Amino acid sequence: MTNNRTRTKFYFGALSLAVILLFVLDIVLGSVYISIREIFNVFFSADKVEPHISNIIINFRLPRACVALLAGVALSVSGLQMQTVFRNPLADPYILGVSSGANLGVALFLLGSSIFSIILPTLVSNFCIASAAFAGSALTLFLVLIVSIRIRDIMTVLIFGIMFSGAATAIVGLLQYMSSESALKTFVVWTLGNLGNATFDEIKIMFVITLTGLTIVIFSIKKLNVLLLGDVYAQTVGVNLRLTRTIIFMSTSLLTGQVVAFCGPIGFIGIAVPHIARMFFRRADHRILVPACILLGANIMLFCDIVSQIPGYNIVIPINIVVAFVGIPVIIRIIFSNKKIINE
Amino acid sequence: MNKQSIKIENLSLGYENSANAKHELFPPFSVTAGSSQFIALVGRNGVGKSTFLRTLAGLQNIFSGNIFINGKAASRLLRKDYASLISFVSTEMVRVMHLKVFDLIAMGRYTYTNLFGNLSVNDEKIIVDSLEMTGMSDFMWRNVSELSDGERQRIMIARALVQDTPIMIFDEPTAFLDIPNKYEIILLLKNLTRQKSKTIIFSTHDLNIALHLADKIWLMANRKMYEGTPSQLIKTNAFDEMLANTVLKMENGEIKFK
Repeated sequence: MTNNRTRTKFYFGALSLAVILLFVLDIVLGSVYISIREIFNVFFSADKVEPHISNIIINFRLPRACVALLAGVALSVSGLQMQTVFRNPLADPYILGVSSGANLGVALFLLGSSIFSIILPTLVSNFCIASAAFAGSALTLFLVLIVSIRIRDIMTVLIFGIMFSGAATAIVGLLQYMSSESALKTFVVWTLGNLGNATFDEIKIMFVITLTGLTIVIFSIKKLNVLLLGDVYAQTVGVNLRLTRTIIFMSTSLLTGQVVAFCGPIGFIGIAVPHIARMFFRRADHRILVPACILLGANIMLFCDIVSQIPGYNIVIPINIVVAFVGIPVIIRIIFSNKKIINE
Repeated sequence: MNKQSIKIENLSLGYENSANAKHELFPPFSVTAGSSQFIALVGRNGVGKSTFLRTLAGLQNIFSGNIFINGKAASRLLRKDYASLISFVSTEMVRVMHLKVFDLIAMGRYTYTNLFGNLSVNDEKIIVDSLEMTGMSDFMWRNVSELSDGERQRIMIARALVQDTPIMIFDEPTAFLDIPNKYEIILLLKNLTRQKSKTIIFSTHDLNIALHLADKIWLMANRKMYEGTPSQLIKTNAFDEMLANTVLKMENGEIKFK
């Protein structure tokens, strides 16, 4: 019945294998050379492994790879949902203003405390930054939900999102202007993204939130498909628009909010991966695109993380810079491809 | 006349602005649609045809008055009840990249499929049948974005068809089509009223189509709704109301220049 069903299955199989391979590579490669045998021993053997080696693997590389995987999945699926709901190929997970809200939260915390000369102990600040970011995202979610329940026209919701982001950015700008140099640097570094900040407990939180978000997405697949045709057709085949939108906004904010909280505002993945998935599978059906975004998102984020660590060098490039170089060519391709993805 | 599909009582059209002030666009009128009738809605631009069809399809709240669909009050129907009674094709062009014809038509089965939208063997058969009915069998795995306007309109009809509703509403189904396509599409729709016992309401600017092919015409002109068979409306000079102050006139059932 379906054309190319075998090809689709083959791609899914290959991409799943690639995730495993890149996950292992992400653990193997890094500034310090560690052999595969040593890594194997850390996990599976009682053989003596030097403590600093097992420390690097268990406390640095493994959590980092897990975070990369979860963040890649969460951002890609969120981006797909937003592109469908807004019927806009350039929509991304942050279109609702989640990252601006998080930015504002973190800026208030980091820069605000510097302005009021409160000295932050370095150890607490990581979790506090995450909390501040999550609080900012949650506030944004709350505002977006109120607006989307009250307003029927999706473009009005979009404009609200942009205006909210603008206001948040302005406040952040003011805080930056007034804050001390060291606090400013901490803030700027946070905006560049970091996959290596999360502790195991935080990864557990990320895992649970990602799983919850994904479950909601999977139950929205059928509705997302119908939304491709626009609000009128979605309604006339029986979709309750406001409820559906609210659910989709909720899962997007959950998925994106946690990534911003624990990794900073990582860009481009959310906008580029859904397009890569479409180019790859040549389908618009979300029953294919959602799993495709999950797999491609994980792969691409793991790949970016490997690149960011440049094997052999003692330096980690901020993830947002690597992601930009991977994402921008895809976005340029979208702009220059003469076929429009969605045309009204 | 056999049983009624739609009964409209004292319906007026209008909108509510942001300050909750009510603006009436079209005063109350009452019309009916019988089962398996092919009904043309005509009227000049801006008279409220689209608003009327959108209200009928449940896309807009009823401004005032009552609509009964198969005996049920429309104001009490839920989204999914509407979806089982009325299918709707708008003038909006669907051009989603990589969207297959089959996948688009499958969306019409929304209320019938499970939580994940998986199609049963029966669903797939219904989709294949609808493609055959609309003459689009060879296009099943083509991309919607690559179709011509006429082909796309047939696909949208097939999508409405698989929704399996007794009533189908089309807002200007021939708007972008050339003359042969226009008549082919209209004859296809008329055929559905005869073979599949669908009640079809469509808006059109083509008075020839309305006069020669419709069972009944709803004519909106000068804030009044005229209802009747084409010959009744010609007899009562309803078209003169619509063509007043234009370069056209109706003479012996034909449109002529004044």
